[in-house]
Amino acid sequence: MLKITEGSFAVADAVRLSRPGVIAAYPITPQTHIVERLAEMVADGELESEYITVESEFSALSACLGASAAGSRTYSATTSQGLALMYEVCFNVAGMRLPILMTIANRAMSAPLSIWNDQQDSISLRDSGWIQFYAEDNQEATDLHFIGYRAIEDHRVLLPAMVCFDGYILTHTYEPVDIPTEEEVNGYLPPFKPYQRLDAADPISFGMYATPEYYMEFRYEIDQAMQRANEVIIQAGKEFGEHFGREYGSLVESYRMDDADTALVAMGSVCGTIKDAIDELRSEGKKVGLVRLRTYRPFPTMELKKALDGVSRVAVLDRNISLGSKGAVGLEVKDALYGSGIVVLDYIVGLGGRDIRKKDIAAITALVVQGKGDMFYGLRTEVL
Amino acid sequence: MPLSVGCTARPGKARGNRTGAWRTFKPDFKHDKCTKCGQCILICPEGCVEQREDEYYYPDLTYCKGCGLCAEECPAEDVEMRKEEK
Repeated sequence: MLKITEGSFAVADAVRLSRPGVIAAYPITPQTHIVERLAEMVADGELESEYITVESEFSALSACLGASAAGSRTYSATTSQGLALMYEVCFNVAGMRLPILMTIANRAMSAPLSIWNDQQDSISLRDSGWIQFYAEDNQEATDLHFIGYRAIEDHRVLLPAMVCFDGYILTHTYEPVDIPTEEEVNGYLPPFKPYQRLDAADPISFGMYATPEYYMEFRYEIDQAMQRANEVIIQAGKEFGEHFGREYGSLVESYRMDDADTALVAMGSVCGTIKDAIDELRSEGKKVGLVRLRTYRPFPTMELKKALDGVSRVAVLDRNISLGSKGAVGLEVKDALYGSGIVVLDYIVGLGGRDIRKKDIAAITALVVQGKGDMFYGLRTEVL
Repeated sequence: MPLSVGCTARPGKARGNRTGAWRTFKPDFKHDKCTKCGQCILICPEGCVEQREDEYYYPDLTYCKGCGLCAEECPAEDVEMRKEEK
């Protein structure tokens, strides 16, 4: 049933319906409303989860690690500096192959302190072995929690996942979201069946040490699981469509890409603005389309290549910067299209909460046609 | 040994850690100048030197880390450390 709700509350509802046994989180702006609402649900008896209050994000994810190893469906949420504090534990969770799901309310990294949106926080954990989803709107953010749990708990995957949605732009926005019923979700998301778990009667240890003879093979196995996740996520998204009528059968979404000669590539909420801008550019006769990435890890190289087949040029919008190089999405797109002859130019945009408007999209489209790119877009040169 | 998902391990004993893989130098017990004094068995931190029926001492190379203490302490200078090619 459609309900006008805040993005954070819709996500909290999705978590409640996913029935996690253990929640451990530490409040931090702009993630706070999610965990506040979950704490209320537990206190009011609407959700039978163990809610562990902790003194830091390091402890939050460590508690989730233990709970997941003990065989529980486990949830956390964080952002920015909180995610940075989880850095060490993130690698351990992935290496121990524990399917923990965590919502990231994307926010810029300090310093300078900024509580506003960009995607630097999760992008900086791209190499940690976590699957990363990026939602365009609150309906998708909600749905990706069900799809996420279903995909990562599959024994072919067994990896943790971040469901990333833009801080404030989505977390604090009220819009209609279809929140499914318990029966509907139970029909789609079965109870968690751990591959192995901590058991005093049959003890095991997780994440033991590997000598140089074994370490590389363990890393290879994690990468193989990430590759298999491509197909498992697509399958989970298709089956989600059969159950709920909203189709997520692809890791990329193409918008007005038929006959497009210029394509934009982006992730997250800016794609809503881009679609509106494209409609206006199309009405002026410009052949522009959008390819939106729903996952950044695994990176959907094959699907992206297929979606961009036939275009002359690509403008990538990056809400992050790998300092000393380029935007993290731009680098991936350049790699995926290497040797194709398609021009790929990268634009660093919207860092620390700067708005990206329709006129900016039109300006970037004009820049890529002129061959100007691989740059920060929209710098206020008067303050430099 | 095939890999376990998540690098899990069952409880075990130190015997399961085949520390011989750490070795760069391998002790050569020549049994030439050896007086069978037994210093090597006492000094070995890994406890992997044994005395056999011929009363000479032998290192267990499955566990010997190649620390070289046996060669350093042997009063008869009967043990030589040699670089091991793998």
